[in-house]
Amino acid sequence: MSAMLELDAISAGYGETEILHGIDLHVERGEIVVIIGPNGAGKTTAMKAIFGLLNITAGAIRLAGEEITNTPPQQVVTRGVAFVPQSANVFVSLTVEENLEMGAYVSRDDPAPRIEEIFELFPPLREKRRQAAGLLSGGQRQMVAMGKALMLHPKILLLDEPTAGLSPKYRSEIFRIVQDINAAGATILMVEQNAKQALMVAHRGYVLVDGENRHSGTGRALLDDDEVARMFLGASGGASGKNDGNGGRPA
Amino acid sequence: MEQYYGYFLYLLSLLTMGGIYAVLTLGLNVQWGFTGLFNAGIAGFFAVGAYVQAILTTPIYARHLGGYEWPIPLAMLAAMALSAVVGYGVAKICIRLRADYLAIATIGIAEIIRLVFKNEGWATNGPRGISQIPKAFEDLPQPWNTLAFVAMVLAIVMVIYLALERARTAPWGRVMTAIRENEAAAAAAGKNVERFRLESFVIGSALMGLGGALMAQYLKQIDPQVSDPLTATFLVFVMLIAGGSANNKGAILGAMLMWTVWSATEILTSRLPDEFAIRSAYVRIFLIGLILQFILQRRPQGILPERRPKPHPRLRGDRAPAANTGSTKQ
Amino acid sequence: MMAFLNFYLIPGVVLGCIYALGAIGISLTFGILRFSNFAHGDTMTLGVYITLSLVQFSGLHPLLVAPLAMVLTTGIVLGLDRTFYKPFRTSPAIMLVIASFGLMLMIRSVIQFFWGVQLQALQTGIQMPLEALLPVRFSENHLLIIGATVLLMMAVHLVLTRTKIGKAMRATSDNPELAALTGIDTEVVIRATWAMGASLAVAAGVFLGLDTHVETMMGFKLLLPMFAAAILGGIGKPYGAVAGGLVIGIAEELSAYPWIGTTPLLSPGYKGGVAFAIMVAMLIWKPQGLFRGRQF
Repeated sequence: MSAMLELDAISAGYGETEILHGIDLHVERGEIVVIIGPNGAGKTTAMKAIFGLLNITAGAIRLAGEEITNTPPQQVVTRGVAFVPQSANVFVSLTVEENLEMGAYVSRDDPAPRIEEIFELFPPLREKRRQAAGLLSGGQRQMVAMGKALMLHPKILLLDEPTAGLSPKYRSEIFRIVQDINAAGATILMVEQNAKQALMVAHRGYVLVDGENRHSGTGRALLDDDEVARMFLGASGGASGKNDGNGGRPA
Repeated sequence: MEQYYGYFLYLLSLLTMGGIYAVLTLGLNVQWGFTGLFNAGIAGFFAVGAYVQAILTTPIYARHLGGYEWPIPLAMLAAMALSAVVGYGVAKICIRLRADYLAIATIGIAEIIRLVFKNEGWATNGPRGISQIPKAFEDLPQPWNTLAFVAMVLAIVMVIYLALERARTAPWGRVMTAIRENEAAAAAAGKNVERFRLESFVIGSALMGLGGALMAQYLKQIDPQVSDPLTATFLVFVMLIAGGSANNKGAILGAMLMWTVWSATEILTSRLPDEFAIRSAYVRIFLIGLILQFILQRRPQGILPERRPKPHPRLRGDRAPAANTGSTKQ
Repeated sequence: MMAFLNFYLIPGVVLGCIYALGAIGISLTFGILRFSNFAHGDTMTLGVYITLSLVQFSGLHPLLVAPLAMVLTTGIVLGLDRTFYKPFRTSPAIMLVIASFGLMLMIRSVIQFFWGVQLQALQTGIQMPLEALLPVRFSENHLLIIGATVLLMMAVHLVLTRTKIGKAMRATSDNPELAALTGIDTEVVIRATWAMGASLAVAAGVFLGLDTHVETMMGFKLLLPMFAAAILGGIGKPYGAVAGGLVIGIAEELSAYPWIGTTPLLSPGYKGGVAFAIMVAMLIWKPQGLFRGRQF
């Protein structure tokens, strides 16, 4: 049985600049996997590479055993990958319902039944279904973004810093939702700045530094690791959520 | 012999019109080539220059403002100045907005200018326009008057060329290049991007006014439709893009070359039967349009591509950190 | 009072309808293809001339053959998109602006070549005010124009809010990057945008032709008011463009009303400047438009 998602020695970057230097990563069916690392480590780049948004120069990406390296975004969506970017992740002038409908754009089926299921998952959205998504609070917008991504039962859901810019209360709420949708069957790969909370909900985690794998292990193991703790967890838990560890490289 | 003399005069007229268009194209090069400001209202600035020249130099005439009888060079300076003022007004409003807005606003201002010249009959004689505009050296015997005028136009082109080349390699020009390449980096290096753009737009507008002043003399008469405003604007753009944006030699080459093409096709089509001759004028515009599209897609750098001045040492030093802050999210 | 209604307000509303229909296309193109389409006015002219030929060929009422002209014009515009705009999809917007500037003159020269530059009429005979409505002077054409505009706007509204492609158009206008990530096929959205913009432009042009006459500069003369309407309404906001069009059409006509004394407030020769003045005022004080469109 092959992994749901597998990155095999991926190198990628923007134009001439290479940012990822051969990273390996895999996500098994039903897992929550989290990527942590300092700013500029290549976390978001890894997500974009999976989604075909930038050029992969070496290595291979496989989705449930099938290669999807350098596939354009629209086909990646059709193959069953959904991506929730960190910001600007809802269509602000479309209603909540229309946003969800757009999530099912590549399918020809009637989206209405699935929209009802999404409302079961995110009850606050039901009463706001006819409101423009741009008028919602940050947390509710995040729900719309995730709901939109879940519309087509993706094989894997990519979340880029889903809690960035949210208040601590909403942050916990989002992590709870991530666990809920995982319990409902979704496989999740997420990038997070709130390393401690993220590792607590994750099955496994990867630490990315300077475009290379630095550590990997179960969420528990990484939380207990001294070096990881020194790099990321010491400053975490603070309201700022910015534990980017400018010192970066350990001695 | 007679025939060769005719060819000679034709060559002179090509050089004169080509030279006047070169002045306009160099003006556009400052705006579009150096700075990336899209001016779709070249004809407006050009018309301002032409009318200022006409009104200030013509003898007194009941149907329009005039009778000031300024010396020609002084009127040319005034033409540049007023055109620059109009350019300043447009730029002040639009320069901070997206490039498209400047394009819309300039095409609008050109329309307004045309309306003013058409409607304010007391000053401009309305649609009938102004005639008997004095032309430099016209008192000399033929062909010396024509030769002297050509020489003056070409000398003006040369002076503008040298001045712009100097500006291009001077710190001012290097800052302009830096702004066009990477506005954020230039701003981070402490350059007042808006002011530099404004300066470049105003300089370009002044040159277009000068082009108008020369054209008014050469044609000796002008009206609100001076050589079909949009076609003129369009031609100047095609000249610059064909010759090579941001390259002053390219601008001059493009103007001379495209004017020759434009003028030659006119000779060819005027030999056709009348019925076709009128319609073939539209074929010429269509062909120029096709040339533009072809260049845009196949050779956007033009015949003579831009040659970069060496980067400004201070800017180069400041650029690296600025570029980094632009891409913290990876 | 009647004079105000008959000679200023009603013509203003009619003109406003025409601007509004044209401005929707400008606004959509700006929102989805991200550039100011200078060729929009001449696309309109092309559609009117196609209608004119269809009228001359079939002898039917212009409004009956206009739908066919919309289809034909859309076909031509899609061909132009493929040839002249598609190569620049990922280039800076200004390349598209230049391409459209060139296309504007190319389309016009083709029209002038094939149809000539003389004034023509879509309909013969003089339009008289409808007797039933006197003293309000409404001609049959004015009623047709206003009625057809209302119908077209309702159709646009239904397409944008009830169909999948319409929602995808709004989504793409809203956030093109996210639209691509969501799997929306941008090329299909672009084709739909051209189709809607061109069809509405043809309708606007035919209405203008019915109200006045047909000539090769008619579309270009509408370009500035249409841009002004799109900016006034907020770029990328089709409903804003409609409101902007009405405001500008009415303002243009009312500017010539003798508000003070007995002479027109603004000489009718400067009517064309009203749109520009409103646009400049918006660019200075409220560049995002009345309806909070995208700001650049």
